[in-house]
Amino acid sequence: MTRLLVPAAPVRPADAPTPAGRTARRTALLHWIAVHALGVAAALFFVLPFVFVLLTSLMSDQQALTRDLTPDTWEWENYRRVWDTPGFLTWWRNTLLYAGLGTVLTVVSSVPVAYALAKFRFRGRKLSLMLVISMMMLPPQVVIIPMYLFWAKQLDLSGTLWPLIIPTAFGDAFSIFLLRQFLLTIPNEYLDAAKVDGCGEFRTLTRVVLPMARPGIAAIALFQFFAAWNDYFGPQIYASENPAAWTLSYGLESFKGAHHTDWNLTMAATVLVMAPVIAVFFFAQRAFVEGVTLTGVKG
Amino acid sequence: MTTHTLRSKRRGSALRTAAFMAPWLIGFTVFFAYPMVSTVYFSFMDYDGFGVPSFNGLANWTYVFQDYPMFWPSLRNTLWLVLVMVTCRVLFGLGVGMLITRIKTGTGLFRTLFYLPYLAPPVAATLAFVFLLNPGTGPVNSVLGDLGLPTPGWFNDASWSKPALTMLAVWGIGDLMVIFMAALLDVPKEQYEAAELDGTSAWQRFRFVTLPNISPIVLFAVVTGVIQAMQYYTQPLVAGKVASGVIGGSGQQFEPGYPDRSTLTLPQLVYNLGFQRFDYGSACVVALVLFALAMAFTALLMRGRDNLIAGD
Repeated sequence: MTRLLVPAAPVRPADAPTPAGRTARRTALLHWIAVHALGVAAALFFVLPFVFVLLTSLMSDQQALTRDLTPDTWEWENYRRVWDTPGFLTWWRNTLLYAGLGTVLTVVSSVPVAYALAKFRFRGRKLSLMLVISMMMLPPQVVIIPMYLFWAKQLDLSGTLWPLIIPTAFGDAFSIFLLRQFLLTIPNEYLDAAKVDGCGEFRTLTRVVLPMARPGIAAIALFQFFAAWNDYFGPQIYASENPAAWTLSYGLESFKGAHHTDWNLTMAATVLVMAPVIAVFFFAQRAFVEGVTLTGVKG
Repeated sequence: MTTHTLRSKRRGSALRTAAFMAPWLIGFTVFFAYPMVSTVYFSFMDYDGFGVPSFNGLANWTYVFQDYPMFWPSLRNTLWLVLVMVTCRVLFGLGVGMLITRIKTGTGLFRTLFYLPYLAPPVAATLAFVFLLNPGTGPVNSVLGDLGLPTPGWFNDASWSKPALTMLAVWGIGDLMVIFMAALLDVPKEQYEAAELDGTSAWQRFRFVTLPNISPIVLFAVVTGVIQAMQYYTQPLVAGKVASGVIGGSGQQFEPGYPDRSTLTLPQLVYNLGFQRFDYGSACVVALVLFALAMAFTALLMRGRDNLIAGD
């Protein structure tokens, strides 16, 4: 709304404001105040839940059962108690394995597919793309019965996270789709130039396309990492029978079960599960926001 | 060029395409095509995971549609979520998107704060909300009580559990905010300036300039929202489990939907039938219903956005 002031500025100097200029300026100021007041209100809505969770995580066992909003004594010890809970470290290790290995495998297997779908001309390309999008939209529960029987009865892998990690080596539909949308934005001239210089398709991909596609790759890596970190259904199906294979998202719920009156400890555990994701976000904010935008706008 | 070399070149490029597509071709066959066929097969079989599956015609189908007490409540809940939760998310996401494009001071900070809840892992966010909204000592009811307002039972009351889930979903609006923000910034400035010169009101500018420009993104948000609502699983299941107090433990099995089946959704039925009742046949029937709904809306999404496929 500062735009309103622009036509007024050159003709009317600030030391001699006309009534019209003053009104416009006052309107702009009021508008600024209204917008930012709304912004603060919205920020409170988004942030207060985190604040209450943090405050409760620092209360004593007794106080966490009361209606108090702020701790009387700050019990930082709660975090050590959660950390020392049997299993908590195992859940961390398992989550890092699932998220880390799954992310690497997803990127390695999805890049060539996305490249082919973006830059090759071949029969069945359109069909392949439609199938990729269908797979992307497929709820995991639709195929879970045969998949469970396959992993548990044929391969005897229930009670481990392998049924969740191995499939990532065969391309992830969402990552393929997202990366393909990104690769479309790379001009073909670069690829042609590489071919004139004698690069084959594989060398063109590794030497020319990959360096340019770094933001897209960062985005799919982040999404995959978060998806694995947040996954509840997968570990519930395959790992629930074996606590040694639980992940943080799955273990957190059982933590609540074991400490069902200790809201302070449960909230401390909740903070410990949220914190790494939020830390990763701060380091990679741009790549992440670009990725979200790519899902909705480009294409 | 002779036909011979032309053909060998084409064969070479087919091989090249196959090599690049190989990971997905295997993935598609093993993790999509095969289990889809198998799901259809099991939907006509009586199978509990042990012994041999035996054909039982349409028995699973009639059981799910007529006798399984959780099926219709879960469809009704999904309809509620589509009508209320999706609407709230889209309206709120658009509102916050518009707000962020108007904020001129501290934009980066505001954007980060608005975005953060979207990142909270679903189980952690759900636990946090069950705590915040717990009827007795939760901060929300404490504040409402102090203000002399009614204090609902939230996740412990069948008529408040879905509104509570909606609050949780609206809290995590960050993805929609970013998408709407990008769309709003793409609206040509000249159109606003022209409208302003014509002396239009703010509402008219929204109605006749903003909305037509961003309508494809609104459609995208609505359709993906509907698809997400049909797949809604972790939050309602965890909320029900935690609020009911029945978690893990030996022998104690949680029947999804607490309180009073008010949080049931279709994916939870697949879990309940397949992994709690070991009725794999009926679980596959529900899986196919879920599949049909998801594909119908995906088709709608693709029809609205032809360029998703073409993209050249």
